[in-house]
Amino acid sequence: MTAPATAPPASAAPPPPRDAAPSLERRRAIRGPYLLLLPAIGILLVGMGYPTVWQVVTSLQEFGLQQQFGRPAPFIGFENYAALATNAQFWGVVLKSIAFCLITAVVTLVVGIALALLMNAVARAPRLILQIALLLAWSMPVVAAMTVWIWLFDRRRGAVNYLLDAVPGIDMNRFNWLESPSTFFAVASIIVIWMSVPFVSFSTFAGLTQISGEVMEAAALDGASSWQRVRGIILPMIRPVIAIVFLLQIIWDLRVFTQITMLQDAGSKSGEFDLLGTFIYKLGTKSQDFGMASAVSILVLGITIALSWFYIRGLVKDDET
Amino acid sequence: MTNRTARRLLGGLAVAVAIVWAFPIYWMVNSSLLPNTTLQSFVPTFVPFGGSLGNFREALADGSFYAALGMSVSITLIAVFFCILFAFLAAVAISRFRFRGRKSFVIAVLIVQMLPAEGLFIAQYKMVSSAGLLDSVIGVSIIYVAAVVPFTVWMLRGFVAGIPVDLEEAAMVDGLSRFGAFMRITFPLLAPGLVASGVYAFLQAWNEFTVALVLLPSEAAQTLPLWLRGFVQASATRETDWGQVMAASTLVAVPVIVFFLIVQGRLTSGLVSGAVKG
Repeated sequence: MTAPATAPPASAAPPPPRDAAPSLERRRAIRGPYLLLLPAIGILLVGMGYPTVWQVVTSLQEFGLQQQFGRPAPFIGFENYAALATNAQFWGVVLKSIAFCLITAVVTLVVGIALALLMNAVARAPRLILQIALLLAWSMPVVAAMTVWIWLFDRRRGAVNYLLDAVPGIDMNRFNWLESPSTFFAVASIIVIWMSVPFVSFSTFAGLTQISGEVMEAAALDGASSWQRVRGIILPMIRPVIAIVFLLQIIWDLRVFTQITMLQDAGSKSGEFDLLGTFIYKLGTKSQDFGMASAVSILVLGITIALSWFYIRGLVKDDET
Repeated sequence: MTNRTARRLLGGLAVAVAIVWAFPIYWMVNSSLLPNTTLQSFVPTFVPFGGSLGNFREALADGSFYAALGMSVSITLIAVFFCILFAFLAAVAISRFRFRGRKSFVIAVLIVQMLPAEGLFIAQYKMVSSAGLLDSVIGVSIIYVAAVVPFTVWMLRGFVAGIPVDLEEAAMVDGLSRFGAFMRITFPLLAPGLVASGVYAFLQAWNEFTVALVLLPSEAAQTLPLWLRGFVQASATRETDWGQVMAASTLVAVPVIVFFLIVQGRLTSGLVSGAVKG
């Protein structure tokens, strides 16, 4: 009550600016982060957002050769999807892609974890040698890796056939790996495994180094065999790493367009050798059927997002802590 | 079997695995140094005694390597610069501010990071071609920035969050503005993070094949991966000169291997962070 009396002139004037100042600052503080996000959001909308929306729309249209030459594209609802559902070739490609992806991811995981356990078990020098070798493989650009592997699997002068042929009882002279789909995809799988194992090994090894030596010693004292220690202690403790790595492998092994395209360059471009990526590419470039290609693309995006969801949920939780 | 011999045996196994794993890379360099007459033999030559650089000269002879190198360098430089700039701003926003829509942005970034190029390239082709940007540096660069920004944001977010805000606040108490405090205190501490994400963006743009294949249909506008693929494609019509192909592969791979070895520690920790900690 006395305060206004002691300073009557000030009490009237200051409140408005004092009120305005924080609100202005707050408004600027609120606008700040959005301004910082603007360029990133902008480029994502142009490079990813618009194409996704265009694809959703086009997948509901008839968009074939005539539309490539300017005919308006009529909306046909879910006809593209319905056509896909009854297309045997499409289902073949989907099944092959899933099988390829799962087999490759599982083998990658098993080999990768085995090598991580090996790194953990050996002395420093052999560990370093193994790590350098894996890093070299990991760092190879995919196109360069493909040319080397195609040369290694070359029918007549490839090192693989030569070495296998040298084993008594095996006749691999001039064996054409890229001729039949089963060996074609086996080669593709070997190459993808070769390239992806290093990531699995290093991630798992990082997880292994977190396990305290005391726990392992205690288990050994209690008479646990080394296999029991692996199964009972090591594997459960590195399970979170393995779960994430496995999920990433599955997602990555669905996108093997580069590898399949280059193997088809060296072998055959026939439809039997297609996985989802090359299937979409051929629908778009050869048949010029963008409506159908968009429908398949939407399915691929949907599968990827569904699979990624667990990974993303984990990361978001991590972000909040 | 004593513990020590078991350890030795495992050591031997580790070295054997290492040899198998590094063999393809050794084979690339080995074949690149051997003359074609040696490679024509049905018995492979395992050590390049008396090798020469003739294959490299041949691979470089028609000048297409330099054109592709120029294309790759321009696209990569543009992509890395804008990617780092945009990602840096966004990383500051999500790690220094709490605001509405922050979580949605983080989720969107993580989802986009997962999307395969195969799922979008038809639409990207359509978009870039109707903008008249096929076979141009700009068209590919736009897609590359959009594809690489998400993971770079995520990577930089970790780096920015790792620098305590207290440092900035202390500098502000000492009279610097908020922007000044950020530029003079946080930014220098962030340099290693910027370099690591820059190398990551470099690797992505430099090695990318799928989008480049779709958006650069003309032979005159090839990037290095497309140039290298050309050698394998040519094998459909004539006998492949593997010495030359391996020389070309070596040329493409060596700078990447060097850069990769610099950045790899940061990469793994970014991808599985959280899982290892918990």
